[in-house]
Amino acid sequence: MNIVVCVKHVPDAQSERTFNDSDNTTDREGVDGLLSELDEYAVEEALKLVEASEGEVTVLTVGPAGAADALKKALQMGAHKAVHVTDDAIHGSDAPATSLLLAKAIEKIGTPDVVITGMASTDGTMGVVPAMLAERLNLPMVTYASQLTIDGSAVTARRDGDTASETIEATLPALVSVTDQINEPRYPSFKGIMAAKKKPVETWGLGDLGVDAGQVGLGAAWTKVDSFAKRPPREKGEIVTDEGDGGTKLAEFLASRKFI
Amino acid sequence: MRLNDDHRDFTAMVHNLVATEINPYVDQWERDGFFPAHELFPKLAAQGLLGLEYPAEYGGEDAGHIYSMLATEAFGRVHGAGIPMAIGVQTNMATPSLARYGSDDLKRRYLAPAIAGTAVAAIAVTEPDTGSDVSALRTKAVRDGDDLVITGRKMYITNGTQADWLCLLARTSDEGGHRGMSQIIVPTDAPGFSVARKLDKLGNRVSDTAELILDEVRVPATNIIGTPGRGFQQQMQQFIVERMFASYGAVGQCEYALERTREYLLHRHTFGKPLASKQYVAFTLSELTARVELLRSHNLRVVEALDAGEDIIRLATIAKLEAGRLLRDTADACLQFHGGVGYMEETWTARFFRDARLASIGGGADEVMLQVLARQDGYPID
Repeated sequence: MNIVVCVKHVPDAQSERTFNDSDNTTDREGVDGLLSELDEYAVEEALKLVEASEGEVTVLTVGPAGAADALKKALQMGAHKAVHVTDDAIHGSDAPATSLLLAKAIEKIGTPDVVITGMASTDGTMGVVPAMLAERLNLPMVTYASQLTIDGSAVTARRDGDTASETIEATLPALVSVTDQINEPRYPSFKGIMAAKKKPVETWGLGDLGVDAGQVGLGAAWTKVDSFAKRPPREKGEIVTDEGDGGTKLAEFLASRKFI
Repeated sequence: MRLNDDHRDFTAMVHNLVATEINPYVDQWERDGFFPAHELFPKLAAQGLLGLEYPAEYGGEDAGHIYSMLATEAFGRVHGAGIPMAIGVQTNMATPSLARYGSDDLKRRYLAPAIAGTAVAAIAVTEPDTGSDVSALRTKAVRDGDDLVITGRKMYITNGTQADWLCLLARTSDEGGHRGMSQIIVPTDAPGFSVARKLDKLGNRVSDTAELILDEVRVPATNIIGTPGRGFQQQMQQFIVERMFASYGAVGQCEYALERTREYLLHRHTFGKPLASKQYVAFTLSELTARVELLRSHNLRVVEALDAGEDIIRLATIAKLEAGRLLRDTADACLQFHGGVGYMEETWTARFFRDARLASIGGGADEVMLQVLARQDGYPID
């Protein structure tokens, strides 16, 4: 079974994330980046599926030079090879352009049995790329899987909602997005870190994918950030001195905020 | 030696493991006075962390010594020094002689499970009346046919209540002094072995430490590691590895403590300014940070010397001495600058202060390090 896992290099949520002043795109230079945590579940699930049968896991990312770190982490976890789509013209791409690039890259890799993605990225958190990608690849789409089994040419997934769980089935090849409930991603081991250095990483530009620069980037984006403002600093809390009426004041406060 | 991306990725992996698999549980383990080594060690083994330098044929990673240094340094971020100590016993204190001098059969039966994390090891040298003076130990292993019959007591044994086997130093002849000792693998399920008591310690409370009794414990004579009668010399080699471990760990522990203290002092205001803006506070902490960097540089020199096959006794002894002193000074400053809150058990500084005190005693006291160095320097001391 051959699997392609789409991953994203995102600014570390522990850092002070912001946008670029010049064009309102995500600042990827000023903060440390890492493999999106939600994508680690996708990599783990792919590795488990391949380990249970056979085949290869290819990790694929679209992003600037630094995005290679996300691929490296996935290779250290155990993925077999990686493809990095990068080109200056890609800067500022939104979800439709990203899904176009991913789709073209997957077609060039050779359509796999399964494409696995995380449920969303931890920076944009739109969660729409899996659906767009499935549409572009003309694949059945199984999203938000919290449990996944593949038997022959059938893929079965459990989707957990707020009030009920549903089990759905699709035929391979298919695209599956997974939630953070599906597994416990492994850490790269010492062997994994050492082995990753020798694994093949291909770097493709727009020309390699037959994509015109006008189809991607900020100019082609359907959605743009018009403006941004830093979160205002937390206001100082109000200290209420209890002069025998503390309970009343507390109740008034809660009522004013519509808690009671 | 300069660190590269592999080294940084490896360190990041250990930091991640510490943050998710160890630190969330340390407070509870500290209260219990015990951590479940049989649960934690397999997780470390899965990352290759229990056999970094050991041969692949026994499940090891065949890695350079630098990775042991980096792992030990990274374990300095565990919120209780007893855990890295217990890991160090497994990797750097109870197993180096077995890996270096042991027979293939012994290594398959005892080293491989230790590397896999399925067996917990302990090093049993110290006795109730013999600490630094190893030549005075009294535990005897008497030959009886193909067996050895071992009788004696061992004291302050890390992992003592949960170890599956001991690397035990005992007398196998009556020559006395440094002569006639052997290192012997003793499985703790052998009849006659018992735990006399779990010891109540000042610090490192998260780790179990025990007094052990060996009452005519019978093991095959083939359980002797290396050459019979050369146990003292082999153990001295093993102690050198232990000294380096202490120094690598001290760098990680002190660096982390200083980071946490600086963070606190930047936000703790007194007289309208952050405490970190007081020169005395800042100068003291910067000097300690500089000493940490010096010790790390020295440790890297030890790594290079070891890789080059040079004698590292002096370098490792200097490292161990400074590690103990640096940990004591750092723990004292971190607690002091936290003020009253630093003295509270709910603040990390209290545990760190207790734990740090061991570094000048365990693995060879400061005074033993000074004795070694003074003799090397040509002083005619006793």
